[in-house]
Amino acid sequence: MIRFLLPLVVFIILVSFLLVGLNLNPRKIPSPLIGKPAPVFQSKQLHEPEKTFTSKENLGKVWLLNVWASWCASCRDEHPLLVQLAKSGLVPIYGLNYKDKDDLALQWLNQLGDPYTISIVDSDGRVGIEYGVYGVPETYVIDKSGIIQYKQIGPVTVDILEKTILPLVKELQG
Amino acid sequence: MNLRSFLKRIRDYGQSATTCLRKLFYKRQFILLLVILIAPSLGWAKEALPVAENPEIEKRMITLSEELRCLVCQNESLAGSRSDFAKDIRREIREQLIANKSDKEITDFLVARYGDFVLYRPPVRSNTMLLWFGPFILLLIGAGVLIIYLKQRRKLLVETPLSNEQLKQAEALLNKSSDGDSA
Repeated sequence: MIRFLLPLVVFIILVSFLLVGLNLNPRKIPSPLIGKPAPVFQSKQLHEPEKTFTSKENLGKVWLLNVWASWCASCRDEHPLLVQLAKSGLVPIYGLNYKDKDDLALQWLNQLGDPYTISIVDSDGRVGIEYGVYGVPETYVIDKSGIIQYKQIGPVTVDILEKTILPLVKELQG
Repeated sequence: MNLRSFLKRIRDYGQSATTCLRKLFYKRQFILLLVILIAPSLGWAKEALPVAENPEIEKRMITLSEELRCLVCQNESLAGSRSDFAKDIRREIREQLIANKSDKEITDFLVARYGDFVLYRPPVRSNTMLLWFGPFILLLIGAGVLIIYLKQRRKLLVETPLSNEQLKQAEALLNKSSDGDSA
């Protein structure tokens, strides 16, 4: 009996490991920045290039930092949702225009709507490196004391927004 | 010159002209072929990009980035990837090397932002124990199974000594064959 059962058990164990492995997303890498202070940056603003924006200005409020670019296809997917979220006024969204051209970015915002309280320019991706960005779009939830509480890699979906991001924002705003 | 020979001459002349043309055509084709073959290499030829102002830094940057994973194309190292992301990180590493940062400081900088995942050799932690020691555990299990199996096999072997008669028979056969050899 054991001669037949043992290989079967080993096989089942192997298959279950492989099944779990198949369902894991290798792109989702736990960010070491969660629970750590959001890197402070100072950067040019997209709409008013003569002005800069410092992340310190946002201390005391809960905000989202959305990393996007006009060359990024899935940014287009999540964009309507961001516009909707901005309209609801639940939480301010700050846009980090990552490795993009200013004119293309402005064109995009004119065409598709501008959900961002302030758009920040990161044309050479340096702020991106500070935030550990590797797959646009990415969205960070930053709390009142400037700590990163959540990081969404890839587009924000209705599901993620309603089940994860908004409850978290509400709790942090508390 | 009669008419017949005249016509023959014309025909010969015509033939030689066509072969001449054909040869020319082949030559042209040959040249065309050469041009086609050479053109791509000419097209790609570019002035060599400046490797770096400082080859020493470049060398260190490459040895360092070979040990680091590119997060965008995860099966490539930061040294080998052509993605924009890898380019940016290489630039960052280069700048930090120029700023006299040690290799450890730079890897720490990257680990702080991207996590242990950037390292091709993850540190031994509670969650990487299985990764580091799993193969040895498997090896031990394998060795154990092998030893048990071999022991069981030994039990299966039953020694059946030859009877006297059989021994004699064998001896006779052996002697016979050696006789045959010497003969």
